[in-house]
Formats: sequence, C-alpha cells, structure tokens
Amino acid sequence: MLTIIRERLRQGHRTGKFPKRAPNLPERFRGLPQLAQNLAPQACADAVASCPFAALSSSDAKLSIDLGRCLFCADCPAAAEHGALTFSNDYRLAASRRQDLCLDDEVYRLADKLNARMLKIFGRSLKLRQVSAGGCNACEADLNVLGTLVFDLARFGIQFVASPRHADGIMVTGPVTENMKGALLDTYAAIPEPKLVIACGACAIAGGPFCNSPEAHQGVGDLLPVDLYIPGCPPHPYTALDGLLRLLGKIDQEPKIRKRTLHTP
Amino acid sequence: MNRSRVIRFRNGLAVPLAELPLLDYAQFSESLLEEVAADARVASYFGRPLADGLEIFAILAHDWNGQLGLLRTRVNGSFPSLTPQCPQLHLFERELCEQYGVRPENHPWLKPVRFHRAWLDAVDIWGRPQGKHPVPGDMEFYRVEGEEVHEVAVGPVHAGVIEPGHFRFQCHGEEVLHLEISLGYQHRGIEQMLLGGPHPATVHILETVAGDTTIGHTTAYSQLLESLAGSEPPLRAQAIRALALELERLANHVGDIGALAGDVGFLPTASFCGRLRGDYLNLTAELCGSRFGRGLVRPGGVGFDLDGSLPLTFTERLKILERETRGAIDLCFDAPSVLARFEGTGQIQTDDAEALGLVGVAARGCGLVRDARLHHPFGTWEGGFDTPVIEFDGDVFARSNVRRREVNASLELVGQLLRRLPQGPTSTPLGPLAVDSLAVSLCEGWRGEVVHAALTDAAGRIDRYKIVDPSFHNWSGLSLAMRGQQISDFPLCNKSFNLSYCGFDL
Repeated sequence: MLTIIRERLRQGHRTGKFPKRAPNLPERFRGLPQLAQNLAPQACADAVASCPFAALSSSDAKLSIDLGRCLFCADCPAAAEHGALTFSNDYRLAASRRQDLCLDDEVYRLADKLNARMLKIFGRSLKLRQVSAGGCNACEADLNVLGTLVFDLARFGIQFVASPRHADGIMVTGPVTENMKGALLDTYAAIPEPKLVIACGACAIAGGPFCNSPEAHQGVGDLLPVDLYIPGCPPHPYTALDGLLRLLGKIDQEPKIRKRTLHTP
Repeated sequence: MNRSRVIRFRNGLAVPLAELPLLDYAQFSESLLEEVAADARVASYFGRPLADGLEIFAILAHDWNGQLGLLRTRVNGSFPSLTPQCPQLHLFERELCEQYGVRPENHPWLKPVRFHRAWLDAVDIWGRPQGKHPVPGDMEFYRVEGEEVHEVAVGPVHAGVIEPGHFRFQCHGEEVLHLEISLGYQHRGIEQMLLGGPHPATVHILETVAGDTTIGHTTAYSQLLESLAGSEPPLRAQAIRALALELERLANHVGDIGALAGDVGFLPTASFCGRLRGDYLNLTAELCGSRFGRGLVRPGGVGFDLDGSLPLTFTERLKILERETRGAIDLCFDAPSVLARFEGTGQIQTDDAEALGLVGVAARGCGLVRDARLHHPFGTWEGGFDTPVIEFDGDVFARSNVRRREVNASLELVGQLLRRLPQGPTSTPLGPLAVDSLAVSLCEGWRGEVVHAALTDAAGRIDRYKIVDPSFHNWSGLSLAMRGQQISDFPLCNKSFNLSYCGFDL
C-alpha cells in the first residue's frame, strides 16, 4: 500500500490543461495543410495526379485538398515534388459537413456545435459506442488513449460504453469492410433516437488507404448520416478531442473560421 | 535425398525462381514433413495461380542455424492435406482453399478463414452461392453436446474500443471446453491490392496492415524490396529502423502490461502505463511526426533522420521514462493479488505451442526460443542481438513477464542504438526489382515475427505478395489457452496474447 502511494506521488499529476491550454505537439507533426497559390497549371495538374488517394483536385489551376481523403503522408509527392502544399502544425481538423473537409481557399470551417435541442440532450453527457469496421487499430488505439489520465475524456462528460443500448451515438473507424457492414448497421439500429454518427479517421470518412478495395466501402458516409468528421490517419488524440468538444460547444466558437497566412513556394 | 530438394537461403536474400526445383506433391510433402521433424517451422505457405493449377511455396524457418528452406510444388484441384501430420499448416491450407478453390483432402477443420470472395472463378468448396459475397461467420461451429453444456457467442462488436471478431465458447458451467474464433471482419483485401506493384499507394497500405505494428510491417516490406533490388540501406537508416522497432515494442508492451493490470482490477499500474505508452508513442512522433511511425520506414532507408537535438531529447526523455516505467510495472508484479490471477491462468504446454507454430511473445512465454532478431538477423541486428527473453510456464504470468523483461531489454537496446548511431546518409535510391524471383523478409515486430514474401513476374512487378502477421499463428494459441479455464478469465487470457484482428484478416 505504501509502495503504491509512493509510486503515485512519484508519477505525479498528469491530466493536461486542454482545452484551456493548447497541446504541445512534436515539431514534425503534420496537421492542417496549407495550399500553395498561383501554381503553374502544369505543376497543379502534376500535383493532383501525384496523390495515390485522389485527395487533391483543381479547377482553373486552383488547388483544393480533401482532408477526408488525405492521409497526411510524410512523403506526400504533391508537397515534396510539386510544392503544392505544406503541412502546418495545426491539429484542429474536425468538421461537421463532408464538403467542409474540402479546403480550397483561406478558410477552413471547423465543426459547429450541435443544435440547441441536441445540445440540451447530449451537451453534458455523451455516451458513445465505438465500432471498428475495418480499421487498422491505430484509430482505435488513439481513441483508447482519450481514456487515459492525460486526456481524461470523462471530465468532459464523454464516455465510451459497452452497449449500443446505453449509447447516444456511434463512433466509426475503418472503411467499413463488406464483412462489417451488417454488424455496423445492426449496432446503429440498436442505439436509441436521437443519435449521432462520428466518422473517425481517413478510412471512415472516405476509405483511406483502402479506398480502391473491392472488399471495403468508401467510409461510413454512404451508409449512415454523419454528424462529425475527424480527419487523420490516424487522427491525433487532440484532433479527436477537439472535434468532440466543438460538437458539444465546449470549445470557444471563435476560431471556427480562421484566416490563415498562405504559403507561397 | 531431401537436401537436394530444399533450397536454402537466408533472411533478406532473393532467389531466382529458375533455381527453385518444382517438386511433385509427394516429394514436396515428404520433404516438408522431414524438415519440420528436423526442427523447422512453417514461416509462410502460399499459392500462386497458374494457367493450369496452383503453384504452392513453403517457407520453412530453421531457427538455430538462421536458414530458411524453400519448397515449391504444383497442385490441381485437390491434394492430400498435411495438417493431420503438421498442425501448424491448418490455417495456411484453409487459406488456399478459400482463395483458389482447391481442396486439401482430409483436412480436419476445413472452414473459411476470412470470408471473402474467391480470387479465382473456381467452384466454392463450401457450396456458397456464386457471385455473392460470403456472410462472415457463416460456418459450422464446433459444438459440444450435453444436458448442461451451453454455448456463448461474443462479437463481432465487442464491449471495448477494439477490433471486431467472433468468439464461440462451448461451456460446462463456468468452464470453457472449447473456444472457436471466427475472424475476417477486418478483411480489406490487402494482398490483392498489392498485385502489379509496387504502386504509389503500396507502402501506405502496408503501413496499415496492422496499425500498431506499422514499423514491423514496413521494415519487413522495405527489406523485401531491398533484397529484390539488390541494394542495402545505409547503416544509419538501419539503426533508425531498429530504434523505431524497439520504441514500437516499448509502447505496446507497456500498454499491454497496463491493460493486463486493468483486467485484474489493479488500477495504479493500469493508469500509469496508459500514460507511459503514450509517451513512447510521442517519442516516435518526435522522430517522424506520427505516433505510429507512419512515413518513417521506406524502401531504401528511412524518411526522417534522428538529427539536430533529437538524440539528446530522446536520451533525456528516456532516462525519465525508464524510471517511471519500471516503477509502474514493478508495482503490479509485486502485488500478490495480481500474481494470484496471472499465475496458472491460460496455460499452454511447450509441445502444443511448438506444434501450432506459435511465434513471438506467446512462444517465448512457453519456453520456445523464437526471436527473428536472434535467429534471422537483418540490418542492425546482424551486429549481434543476444538477449532473447524466455519464460517457461506458458501462462498469463509468463506472457506478462516476457513483456516486462523485454521492456527492460528494449530500453537497454534503445540506449545502445542512441549512443552508437552511425553517421552517413539515411537513404539510398532503389534500383529495379529482380525479375521472376522470390524474396522473403522476416522482422521481429512487438507481437512476434512478421513474414513478408513476394514473387515478381518477368517485368519485375509483384505477382504475389504474402503477409504473415504473428497473429496468424497465435490466435490458435489463444483457443488452446482457454481450454479448461473459467469463461470469466477470457479477457485476461485474450489480453495476455493481445493479437491483431486486422493483421490476421488482411
């Protein structure tokens, strides 16, 4: 008993100050991309063609990136070879609507808070059922991390629960494999109304690395109505937490639409 | 006799297919069984479709002399199953059956493995409707009959934030008579997506075979391409890969010990280790920006250098982490209430572990000395790895203690690697891949041995890519460990293996 208390004192208090204080992320962390402007039409076309996951597109030589498809690859050819983008250190990526994930100019619209009625129901207590539908266990692992004492998800009234009957919503990871489609839809059906759907990770949003697989769907969006998209492969725990807190209106709405300095190579 | 039939080579080498004798199936099976009787184990076993029939390759690992044996044969339609004589082949033969519609005659447990569409327009040997996707878990489960026997079905969706799989227990009261595990829910068709490659997406798909083993799988993949291209990554890149592999082991082992403590209700270790696991992941993120090592290991070298102030940051942080990790872990290994739950639970006999071909932590917990860093060294490990951790009891305690001792060993290794980081470049360009060749690559991931094998075609493109995650061998070990246990001990036994669903399902 005394050894436990001694060790407890030595390990110290670890719960972070988020969201009051911004997290301290590694320098090499790849967050919100910044697109280059005024790229030559050819360079633009090359950059679009270079992404194996079709995250980039362009119209009138103006680039656009779909953060739902982007894997934030370290060796992004569009960034390295064509100078089309750079990754910033900004971990705030979650959005409410699929189209909001497409970044084409200086504004990126972060997730809105739920409407007043939903906020009244879920604002102070949100129980989620997590379903891994073809995930590689990285999204799952970094969602589990939210339960550790650094993040301590429960202090915001959010909790992962064992049964869909106890849940207010479903948190989906993975591209939704053909083999998990049935179980996912059954789980969703078992959650009482009203209910939320959260797509966590590139796979759940658009299929991720498996977007061309005949054994998987392209995410959960075609199957269920999604209320929150959390991009990343896998999303950083702070990206997920930031998204959840924005959904519940627990983070200041002020930085919802932000002007960013643009990078020109 | 046998010697001339088996091609012998080492980890990290490519063999031209023309040098591989094509044996008839009788010779093949005789040689394979002889090899296994002479202490070899089946590291990989896979098919490649030909215009007429199916070619089968067997890769046998002779651990003690560091050799790999290679056998090749051709079958058509059906062939006598080797599983009755060599149980470790049971899943490999079932795979062939599901993928190519061939039938291993007299296989004692011929059921689907992953419930995917057949890869060829062959007749489905289970008679499932053609053209429709198979229904996962749709098979005859083993059943125990009796007045007081009952069945418990769990999954595919489980209670925690974990991957899906279906478990079917046959119980007599609390006692589990048999557990059958049916997987395939995470099947994403990875091996088929790699055909014709390497594509720009290939390395990203391999990074997500099992997300918690990103370094293990990408290292195996990179070694494989390098051996096919006949190039060697710079020493500095090899050292950074080895460092990242140990960090991955540290993060997962520390997390697992915490989770094991949580499963027996010992919360201090569970809480401390949950945080510490994240700190090891954050170190990997300092190196490459991703907590799971995405973007770090690349064919030809590594994508990020451990430069600037990073080595110092690593050393300083690890010094603190080491003390905190030991403190957190020792607490639970000193607690009689924890040991009472760990000891004697979920035991596997050494002979059974050997027959099933277990690898990694599970094998080392049963007294089997199996560690690719020792037996099939590649890269930095060729410099000498001599600290395999062995426990003999085969129970939850043994598997936990293997982890605890490996945490200490990895901390030591990481320290050594940091002190002796070679200078030089971190990457060399990769040439074209050898044509019509076979290459095999082994890497000791944190769960165990990751085996990748590839065949190239006449243009040097990937014609067949075979991945064996350690979980592929070890799920059968969990089934066996549950025999005679209380069903309430399942979470604890399961966590002591902590196997990958997606690594198995591919």
